[in-house]
Amino acid sequence: MLRFLAKRLLMMIPLLIGITLISFVVIHLAPGEPTDMQTDLNPDASAELQERLRAQYGLDQPLYVQYGQWLGRLSRLDFGESFSLDHRPVMEKIRERLPITIIINLLSIILILAVAIPIGILSATRRNSLFDRATTVFVFIGFAMPSFWLALLLMDYGGVRLGLFPIAGIRSLGHEYLSFSARIWDLVHHLILPVFVSAFGGLAGFSRYMRSNMLEVVRQDYILTARAKGLSERVVIYRHALRNALLPVITLLGLSVPGLIGGSVIFETIFAIPGMGKLFYDGVMMRDYPLIMGVLVIGAILTLVGNLLADISYAMADPRIRRS
Amino acid sequence: MIRKSVPVLLALLMMAMLSGCQPDEGIVPASDADAKPAYGDTFIEASIGEPSNLLPILATDSASSEINGLVYNGLVRYDKNLKLEGELAESWDISPDNLTITFHLRKGVKWHDGAPFTSADVMFTYRLYIDPDTPTAYAESYKQVKHAEAPDDYTFRVTYDKPYAPALGSWAMRILPKHLLDGVPITKSPLSRHPIGTGPFVFTEWQPGEKVVVEANPDYFEGRPFLKRVVYRVIPDQTTQFLLLRNGDLDYMDLSPIQYQTQTDTLAFERRFNKYRYLAFSYTYLGYNLERPLFKDRRVRQALSYAINKQEIIEGVLLGLGQAATGPYKPDTWVYNPNVKRYPYDPDKARALLAEAGWHDSDGDGILDKDGQPLQFTIITNQGNDLRIKTGEIMQQRFREVGVSVKLRVIEWAAFLKDFIHAGNFDACILGWAGGPEPDQYNIWHSSKTGGRELNFIHFRNAEVDRLLEEGRRTFDQEKRKKIYDRFQEILAEEQPYTFLYVAESLPVVARRLRGIEPAPAGITYNFIRWYVPEEEQKYAR
Repeated sequence: MLRFLAKRLLMMIPLLIGITLISFVVIHLAPGEPTDMQTDLNPDASAELQERLRAQYGLDQPLYVQYGQWLGRLSRLDFGESFSLDHRPVMEKIRERLPITIIINLLSIILILAVAIPIGILSATRRNSLFDRATTVFVFIGFAMPSFWLALLLMDYGGVRLGLFPIAGIRSLGHEYLSFSARIWDLVHHLILPVFVSAFGGLAGFSRYMRSNMLEVVRQDYILTARAKGLSERVVIYRHALRNALLPVITLLGLSVPGLIGGSVIFETIFAIPGMGKLFYDGVMMRDYPLIMGVLVIGAILTLVGNLLADISYAMADPRIRRS
Repeated sequence: MIRKSVPVLLALLMMAMLSGCQPDEGIVPASDADAKPAYGDTFIEASIGEPSNLLPILATDSASSEINGLVYNGLVRYDKNLKLEGELAESWDISPDNLTITFHLRKGVKWHDGAPFTSADVMFTYRLYIDPDTPTAYAESYKQVKHAEAPDDYTFRVTYDKPYAPALGSWAMRILPKHLLDGVPITKSPLSRHPIGTGPFVFTEWQPGEKVVVEANPDYFEGRPFLKRVVYRVIPDQTTQFLLLRNGDLDYMDLSPIQYQTQTDTLAFERRFNKYRYLAFSYTYLGYNLERPLFKDRRVRQALSYAINKQEIIEGVLLGLGQAATGPYKPDTWVYNPNVKRYPYDPDKARALLAEAGWHDSDGDGILDKDGQPLQFTIITNQGNDLRIKTGEIMQQRFREVGVSVKLRVIEWAAFLKDFIHAGNFDACILGWAGGPEPDQYNIWHSSKTGGRELNFIHFRNAEVDRLLEEGRRTFDQEKRKKIYDRFQEILAEEQPYTFLYVAESLPVVARRLRGIEPAPAGITYNFIRWYVPEEEQKYAR
């Protein structure tokens, strides 16, 4: 197991460098530079200013030098300063935005699992029943419905008309004057709609996946054996079948890890949540290279770690994988 | 549990959709006559983008500059009638040769940290702007200054090489505190996150991605603002802003034409909000690349202008909330010339002009041609501006009717500028310019400004216009200036290097509990410190 781990960890290093190199080249290929925001179509911005700004940001250097410098800084765990007008350290900006995105995505994954797994199991065990058909329709509506539309609908009806939920943001005006418990409730209250919207689309995939896994497993011989032994249907399904049907879900969970920080531009924009998705989107629009690279590196590391965790869980669950 | 919760959820959704509940009406104000000015209350508005930097010298985005406008002052500003008046300067003298301006500064003004404001701050700010190490996009006007001096604490004097009429207006730039910035590299200053100015509001808090809060400055030299606090919420989506507004969570926003015309015309809305409309300092145009052989012939440009139905565009795109543009100035300003040549929609005239220029439909395919070449070109515009895209589509249709085949291409902003506009790689473009009360158009129309990244990217060259623009910059007398710019507008109207399309209206909406708003040529926010909420209608205790 240790050898397996060490091998996987070593393989991650060239992979990570490859990812950063490709990202670096691709974002520099996009037309426009960070300095353009200040100088384009601005009668007061002279050509010298443009050149001076480029030099200040190091954009006058050849691309390989810029990449080398960036990699050098990264090796010291320094993501550099943002090229946007605030010139703040990239790490600081990410640190400000990361917690809320992780919280929303974690809650949404928990919600997805809590709803999708039971739906999947029940749909599989009662195949073609009314429940199965109804949930099929329901999850496909969720899959097909654009999240921005669902968000606006909920904001309009749940927020404006019924006044049940706050419409946008993550805390109320005057949040700082509330008691501790009221502050927590304020936060939870603001998170209900975004978490629901972010989870809704994911329900379809997960529950369908769970359903088909379950259907596959219950066809296996050992389930037949278990039934033949006279075990109750409950024991057969929840003790024997479920465990095996859940295994592939681990892979999906591993793949969800980068989503934890990637966030979603759409619902963060609509709900005015100061999260990573919006930060990254704005970074791309402003060609803020250090910020884009910072977010991409963290995303890449998390993807690799997520995959690794999934593999480890697999290896732990199935000895054949370790041996191969 | 799941079996139960799904239908319950569905039922809830259905109920919500069917209920049609009316929003909470909030505070409905009494009649204006009963209202008495009072201190207090919080004013909440939203900004699409997060402010970038609260040092005015570095900021280029509108969110930052709006907040900076509350925290800092300039030496001068435009009053409600768009005339320059003193702000930090009490008065000024201009020397008879128009070369020297002497500002007499207000006494007793204090920075928010209590330090006194003096001419040393003005001198420091001026030097900071022209310092080559300052990455500012606003240096050009100050580089025209030949000599600056501060003979005493309350006098500041600048001398120019040659008379420069936009000079006085350029001193509306925000003055920065010397005692806090001297010796600190400007990009590292803590003031970029925590500004300290002389203005009517004092910065209190900035939560990144969420909000910026400022509070009334009790010692403000023009009197304490009535509103106690202003909160700028960062709400990146305009629809969300509108929902927040309807819910009473915002007191102010700029509406889109569709929101103005169709979503806010209910009695319930009008009881809670006042809507305003006035022409914005900007215009949208179709610009022709004059380097392209097709557009070298003035008759072709004029024909295209006749082929466009501006009123149809205003109705279709702006829902009637705008006016046809005839030149670069908006119709309600002193510099606007109403007597220039106009191009009413006249397809027959367009066809006749094109025929005169040698364009005929010789092969009967509906598209005019000349020397075997069909009359076709591509209009480009930038992504993200729906109004421009729709404008393009309407024009495309009208051009087709006079036998001109036009393609429309929508391109991402950075690529649009770099690969097309700056590279001169386009036939025609739909763009807009935002301006201000200062009529100088040198950078857009002078033939010396046709270089790589400069603003005369359509390559308009006209010796008389060059001369007029130079003269306009040197003339201080408004009447003489008006004659110069009148002629300038006549030439543009005759030459049609742009088809000037429309001037859109600004459509702000303000919660009705806010009083003291007096619409004027400058808009509504010029007297923001005099806005108030009568005591009984105040909504926020803290």
